[in-house]
Amino acid sequence: MLTTAERRRGIVAGLVVLAAVIVFVGTAIATLLAWDGDQSASRLFTAYTWSILRFTLWQAALSTLLSVAFAIPVALALARRPRFAGRAWILRLMALPMGLPALVGALGLLGVWGRQGVLNGWLTAAGLEHPVSVYGLSGILLAHTFFNIPLAVRLLLAVLERLPAEYWLLSASLGMKPLSIFRFVEWPALARVVPGVAGLIFMLCATSFTLVLVLGGGPAATTLEVAIYHALRFDFDPPRAVALAFLQIALTAAVIGLIAFLPAATDTVWTAGRKVLRLDGRSSASRLWDGLIIAVAVIFVASPLFSVLVAGLRADLWKLVNGPRFIQAATTSLVIAVTAAVIAVSASLAIITARQAIRDRRDPNIAARLLSTSLAGTSSLVLVVPPIILGTGWFLVLRQFGNVAAFAPFLVAFINALMALPFAVRVLEPALDDHHHQTARLATSLGISGPAKWRLIDLPVLTRPILTALSFAMALSLGDLGAVALFGSSELVTLPWLVYSTLSSYRTNDADGLALILGVICLALTILGTAGKKENANA
Amino acid sequence: MHDGIVLDKVALTLGKTSFAFDCRIEPGAVTAIAGPSGAGKSTLLNLIAGFERPQSGHILIAGIDQTLSHPSERPVSVVFQDHNLFAHLDIFTNVALGLNPSLRLSPQDRDRAENALVRVGLAGFGKRMPGSLSGGEKQRAAFARALLRNKPVLLLDEPFAALDTDLRLQMSALLLDLHKENANTVVMITHDREEIARIADRILHVEKGQIATDEAKADYLSRFAAPVSALSGTV
Repeated sequence: MLTTAERRRGIVAGLVVLAAVIVFVGTAIATLLAWDGDQSASRLFTAYTWSILRFTLWQAALSTLLSVAFAIPVALALARRPRFAGRAWILRLMALPMGLPALVGALGLLGVWGRQGVLNGWLTAAGLEHPVSVYGLSGILLAHTFFNIPLAVRLLLAVLERLPAEYWLLSASLGMKPLSIFRFVEWPALARVVPGVAGLIFMLCATSFTLVLVLGGGPAATTLEVAIYHALRFDFDPPRAVALAFLQIALTAAVIGLIAFLPAATDTVWTAGRKVLRLDGRSSASRLWDGLIIAVAVIFVASPLFSVLVAGLRADLWKLVNGPRFIQAATTSLVIAVTAAVIAVSASLAIITARQAIRDRRDPNIAARLLSTSLAGTSSLVLVVPPIILGTGWFLVLRQFGNVAAFAPFLVAFINALMALPFAVRVLEPALDDHHHQTARLATSLGISGPAKWRLIDLPVLTRPILTALSFAMALSLGDLGAVALFGSSELVTLPWLVYSTLSSYRTNDADGLALILGVICLALTILGTAGKKENANA
Repeated sequence: MHDGIVLDKVALTLGKTSFAFDCRIEPGAVTAIAGPSGAGKSTLLNLIAGFERPQSGHILIAGIDQTLSHPSERPVSVVFQDHNLFAHLDIFTNVALGLNPSLRLSPQDRDRAENALVRVGLAGFGKRMPGSLSGGEKQRAAFARALLRNKPVLLLDEPFAALDTDLRLQMSALLLDLHKENANTVVMITHDREEIARIADRILHVEKGQIATDEAKADYLSRFAAPVSALSGTV
């Protein structure tokens, strides 16, 4: 139903994006492959790489287990109490860590659980000699659960809330006890998505960089990504980095392959006008348990956020904001974030319209179908080839042309754009597909096409989802330390890099202040994005 | 003492809507609850089932005050329009949960569950999953469970609204058969005047959160057009 010109434009745009991504990712991988091939191969399975791979898997597995195991009772308690005081705010709180830069979260966790943190302060005051240490495995687990328990709670709660309201009435009417309700209603529903949720969290933990960098303790508690970073940045040992990079790609590809077989979980719920009546859990023991478990979850998630706020306000924010280093870093971050967001959203739009153009053909030939599938896969490519590996590859390429720092900002912006691509596509695709579905026939019959269609039909409806995608992409880029870590220098300072280097030079007070500013900016962008999305859904 | 269901000055406010019900529902009869959408038909049923609690007044079933009792303690079974079966459990399990909510079943219990399935025309369906059943078959399974529970009161919230006309006829015939065998009290929300004509003895008309009229079928139907009364002769 599109005109031939529209179809051609769509497909050409898709091809351009596909080619650009393939060249960008392909160059990085080809360089890694070509680099001292023999030496890297012999380094692939040394005792060192082996121990790092084992630790990566071990900490990811433990993090996943802890996150899911704790999220299940929290989700059950929240689902059981549709009218719990402040429930809407608790759910909003559970959405915050997703938008919080990992580095800021790590600082908040240190503020609560760290050596100088609140908890150890109390323990020392209580006369305990040995403070709790959060560096090493325990710190990594703490950080991963802080970020992933809320995610798991939201995904699992959505599943429980999607169950028909009659189920709860029936189980009350049949006289099911809490254990029976769990066995016959709640667990079967959760069991369908727990593997998918666990897979997603495992993936996030196996590829997490910043949290392990900040909270991991030395070579004993290092993951593949951080080991690659150390190999390049400190030891300058490219063969080792290359060997580790291939282990990392194999690992993520294997995990993504496994996840593809599991049912996906989403956190969208259609509660519009639906009233959930829960008659179970009216006993005081049950109320106490649910109240307790919800309170523990809220304190666990809120305390690091609160700590960021309190510690940040203690810093001299005015002086920090006016300092030349901050202004330089903020400008750099802003330029990189805007560039990355615009690239990510444009590429997403191109990918989606190209796929629409291909679907529009009555019987697309094999080449067209192949293109459509490749485009769908493009957006997830960055999940298999993590930022640190793209960075490593391009680092080795650019080194041949002189000063890497000169190219670094462009590189970071590109990598950030690629990282944001899957999120942007996820936000934009349903909106664009709906819009296409609703307007395509009418627009064709009225003969509206080209710029007029874009201005009159598309833009008014799509502005909001596009802004949502832009703000998500910007938040992601602004908070990212992974891509910039390899290139950060006195010539390239972004806000996260400034926080990290301030922290490394033990100017904790300044780091806290900067972290607060960065956290507030990223959360504001994320909240702005979600608010837009919600209103759009109601329209 | 009244053997049926008594709502004694029951009052309840949900959100901005207030409900006030005061009525008696005859034992061993089929009472239809009719009225416009949003009038409070489901709220009335939920009060009897125990899903809602009144803010004042009393609910008595067979002479016993059930105002504050849990739904499972009341002598009632409930059948909804949809989602009467847990989609992830097979038909036998769904039905047998009516005998024991923890599914601890003796061999006799299993026989009784199988017999209930036979009685509603679902012999051999035990191992099937709800998703593979038609709308009518799902409601039959819900009836089988109500049959097993053997409670004096059966509450139905538009149980046939999602079925086509032929199935509706079959299902109301089955409902009437089961009702005659057990002499239970049936309370059923319905929008369908022909259905009222086929199976109801009395009609409670609910409007704006209150019982507007409480009358025998003949009186109720005589207020409407003539063709319906011809149908009522077949019952």
